Amino acid sequence: MTWLSIIVAGILTYFTRMTMIALVNRKMLGERIKAVLEYVPSAVFPAIIFPAIFINDYGAFIEMNDPKIFGAIVAIIVGYLSKNIIATIISGLISYWFLIFVIFN
Amino acid sequence: MLTKKKLFTRGMMDISPHMLSVIPFGIICGAIGVELGFDPYLVYAMSFIIFGGASQIVFLQLLSGGASSLVAVTSVGIINSRHLLYGAVLSEYLEKLSFIKKLLISYFVVDQGFAESNKFFKKNKTEQHLHYHLIGTGCTMWVCWQIATLSGIVLGSFVPEELGLKFAIPLTFIAIVVQDLKKIDHVIVMITCGLSSLLFFDAPFKSYIIISPVIALFVASLILRLKK
Repeated sequence: MTWLSIIVAGILTYFTRMTMIALVNRKMLGERIKAVLEYVPSAVFPAIIFPAIFINDYGAFIEMNDPKIFGAIVAIIVGYLSKNIIATIISGLISYWFLIFVIFN
Repeated sequence: MLTKKKLFTRGMMDISPHMLSVIPFGIICGAIGVELGFDPYLVYAMSFIIFGGASQIVFLQLLSGGASSLVAVTSVGIINSRHLLYGAVLSEYLEKLSFIKKLLISYFVVDQGFAESNKFFKKNKTEQHLHYHLIGTGCTMWVCWQIATLSGIVLGSFVPEELGLKFAIPLTFIAIVVQDLKKIDHVIVMITCGLSSLLFFDAPFKSYIIISPVIALFVASLILRLKK
């Protein structure tokens, strides 16, 4: 039963990937929709970023002094200035670890 | 004109920094599946059949929490529905490919791959074999994801939980959007999406992950109308 559900979930996931690429002709989309699609990265990724920072493993909002908020702010500043992905991730992690292992320990 | 090989390598290079967060996350995903008591073969098969990070964990957590298969499958479908938006954006650059190639390449569309390939495509619209960049990002992600989840399944969670490495996931996505903070219209769209995701976090089937982009894109269309 679980195997069957995984296969169905896999087919469903594949369809989410394939539908717009293979089945929908881009000419079917109007100019306005194409202009709006320019915003897709900015419109999608914060839905992954915000809950991962502001909501904990138990589905509750975190405190405003949570180390994750600090880590995210550092990552934003370093990322903005350095334009470097590795620097962004490492700086966020290190500042987060600094708080949880050194300050709050 | 860049060769196919160069484009593929460029795709690999462009996505590889993200593996810093993808690999620990994959290990955690594999380990969680086994800890929840699922057959290791089944946990691994998901990386191959579904190939979609967060949705795999949610699927197993729902089932082990007693949810029906229907609920688990629906949640995976909804979480992954964001790929429809990636496909809509990418289709512009993949138009000329044959139907079969489109079917094959679709399997490799992932968040970070879409983000990096889309950035590259925008700057190199005239290149002829652009899709090799997407194959490069997708294959790199695929190989790393298979190895990472597999090592999590076999070795257990050897990444200490205290390190909180799940936090690397939002950081990876911050790295993707951070340069767009220069543009006020993008900032508005991002904040709309972020706040909506918190507001609708408890919506059924994890649907906040597609509700908030839809709201944010609606706001984007309003901004475009005001701009004219």
